[in-house]
Amino acid sequence: MSEKKNKTVINAEPGKQELFITREFDAPRELVFKAHIDPDIYVQWLGPRDLTMTLETFEPTSGGRWRFIQKDNEGNEFGFHGVNHDVTAPERIIGTFEFEGLPESGHVILETTKFESLPGGRTRVTTQSVYQSVEDRDGMVAAGMESGVVDGFERLDEILEKMK
Amino acid sequence: MARIPTTHDPFNAVAEPKRRAILDALGLAERSVNEIVELLGWPQPMVSKHLAVLKKVGLVRERRAGRQRLYRVDMGKLKPIYDWVTPFERYWSESYERLDEVLSDIQKKEK
Repeated sequence: MSEKKNKTVINAEPGKQELFITREFDAPRELVFKAHIDPDIYVQWLGPRDLTMTLETFEPTSGGRWRFIQKDNEGNEFGFHGVNHDVTAPERIIGTFEFEGLPESGHVILETTKFESLPGGRTRVTTQSVYQSVEDRDGMVAAGMESGVVDGFERLDEILEKMK
Repeated sequence: MARIPTTHDPFNAVAEPKRRAILDALGLAERSVNEIVELLGWPQPMVSKHLAVLKKVGLVRERRAGRQRLYRVDMGKLKPIYDWVTPFERYWSESYERLDEVLSDIQKKEK
């Protein structure tokens, strides 16, 4: 365990079509990047623990396709797919992302993930997700997700943690 | 689609940032209106108005102690809403926590 807990920060300004997810890791950039393009490593971490992850297609190169399915204990399946536009090791991955569980297809997200080296062999990963509309973004993140919902619940997070 | 009035729906009640601020100000404590007014620096009628909505949807409980009325958060009522509002954040928090473990395992093996 590291002394300082790395925190996932999600930034979604109200009225915008984009959001940012930022996280730091206590590992060098090459390794963090590898964890995003090595299928054996990728399936070990993407998604919540209670979902089973299956990689159906995984071509981590510029122009490559990907599709994965996450299944819960009750047998519900959540499919996602997209195309890698630009995979440049160990700096960035740019590609499309679509959740297949929406009532209609075509709600595509453009994702740019950047990997930055930090002092002490650490890495910062920042993902910018650009949606087709503000409604798409807010719908994906959950209803009422104006900026500050996550921040506003930070203290409650601590409280609920204590109550466990 | 018809919308349920804010004053009857706990989900809509916490969609209002001021009401979330009141929930945060209460935290685990039991406080009077005046204490909340002091903590947030808002006019008392504003605090009372939002507190009334939170009470009506069951997120805040009221108790009389002598001449005072004290308020506290009903955590049991709040938790399902909290879990529902933050699935996206949880998805990424949990994924990245798992990635921490995977990275740490790989680094140990390499040593």
